[in-house]
Amino acid sequence: MMKELRRTIISMATNSGEGHIPSALSILDILWVLYDRILKIDAANPKSQTRDRFILSKGHASLGLYAILAKKGFFPWAELENFGKYNSLLGGHPDRNKVPGVETSTGSLGHGFPMSVGIALGLRIKKIHSKVFVLIGDGEANEGTIWESALLAAHHNLSNLCCIVDYNHSTDRALKVGDMVSKFKAFGWKSFSINGHDHEEIYSALSFRHDSSPLAVVAETIKGYGCKIMENNPEWHHKSPRKEDLPAILEQLS
Amino acid sequence: MNMRQQLVKTVESILAQDERLVLLLGDIGVFGFRKAFKSFFDRVYNIGILEQSTISLAAGLSMESLIPVVHTIAPFIVERCLEQLKIDFCYQKLGGNFISVGSSYDYAALGCTHHCPGDVGILKNLPGMEIILPGTAGELDILFRQVYANNNPTYFRLSEMQNSAEHKVNFGKAEVIKQGEQATVIAVGPILDAVIAACKEIDATILYYTTVIPFDADTLKKNAVTAKIILCEPYYSGVLSSEILHAMNPRPITLECIGIPYKMLTNYGLAADHDDCLGLTSSKIREKIVEFIYA
Repeated sequence: MMKELRRTIISMATNSGEGHIPSALSILDILWVLYDRILKIDAANPKSQTRDRFILSKGHASLGLYAILAKKGFFPWAELENFGKYNSLLGGHPDRNKVPGVETSTGSLGHGFPMSVGIALGLRIKKIHSKVFVLIGDGEANEGTIWESALLAAHHNLSNLCCIVDYNHSTDRALKVGDMVSKFKAFGWKSFSINGHDHEEIYSALSFRHDSSPLAVVAETIKGYGCKIMENNPEWHHKSPRKEDLPAILEQLS
Repeated sequence: MNMRQQLVKTVESILAQDERLVLLLGDIGVFGFRKAFKSFFDRVYNIGILEQSTISLAAGLSMESLIPVVHTIAPFIVERCLEQLKIDFCYQKLGGNFISVGSSYDYAALGCTHHCPGDVGILKNLPGMEIILPGTAGELDILFRQVYANNNPTYFRLSEMQNSAEHKVNFGKAEVIKQGEQATVIAVGPILDAVIAACKEIDATILYYTTVIPFDADTLKKNAVTAKIILCEPYYSGVLSSEILHAMNPRPITLECIGIPYKMLTNYGLAADHDDCLGLTSSKIREKIVEFIYA
């Protein structure tokens, strides 16, 4: 299954000449476990008030989200072939008004997390007992609004909010964010670290009960995971394979 | 009653009637809203001094079908949060109300960091953003009640300056204050009193706009009897000039723009000192109007 999703992501990026493949691959296991086993959400009724909400704050990893939403039936699989086209529902960053199952339009880093704080607060005001999961990247954690949001969620005891950090070490080449678990704890969150490619670890982390504070799950991931030539190779951050190279790239997927 | 006191009164009354309304303060107006904090503790928050996240948080509330009202000082809500207003509200097509105080230089003595003569021109670049400048406290009440729940992002620009007479304003609609033959003068929000005084004994039409965007082109088209149009705005001058040209097209017009000159405002003092030095007193506005009409 994971290999099929990786094939899909790389093929979409190759066909369109657009997309951030390594980021999509680093979050893919997390997204799969979320949509397969954690989120209470019905693809046939994606606006149900009582659904769990998932916000992809690092919107450039949209390819991963699209593949999984299509796999789970939020929209037809064939739509993936239109990725990046002028009139497509599916662009380089996700649009909540176009894509069934997408909660927020993200792309500008540091917006999705504070929006998820608002969603969590809104649910509490309306006494709806759904959970809110938001996924940020370590690179995104350079943005000040990430830490504003961390303060806000802890101050308001938003125990219905879980922040997943895709710690794929994008920050190693710029401004390092260091130990995210300690930082979230210092802000008043419950926090621990997991292997972001181990499905059982992801499942137990995302089903962890945290009744008195928000939870930050820091997932150690590998950028480009499952595609050897892209793993931890910054050259591929925003690059699409040439069509003639696609068969060889698909061949070496794990 | 000033506009800030009116805001408390209006918002408190709607909080009681409409359980979708949520008030987010950027650590200002906390004393004024002290009753609301007690009565509506789960819908009134002093969020703190983090404006960008406050706007995004408000968008999250709006996604859950609540109606956010965000209130802080103009430069921090508009200039600091421009991208949040653009992406989180305009792009995502969400409703919300953004209420600023300070207008152009109401916090005159606090200086340039607290001035915001650019707010209207900046927000005009966000498609979908509605922009309202009430001219009196009562007009704020009327306009807020008309639009707060209309599912669009709306900016309300509150000012210390108020007009002496209250008009039965309507969102999106200009008022004809008087009709004349020699020119058409457009007065935006709280500059109306100065414009009326400036136009004394001048045979000009005066149109009063409290909604800047969407611009009411029809009222201008119907009432502009000559080609001479004078635009009087209480922020950086000329913001509505393209709307006026479009509205009048293909009729040829000559346009005079009166407003705050386009420069950094680095002085202190009182708002009246700024009006005087920038040429926005009624007598200086009159000089410009007379020169334009009769020169």
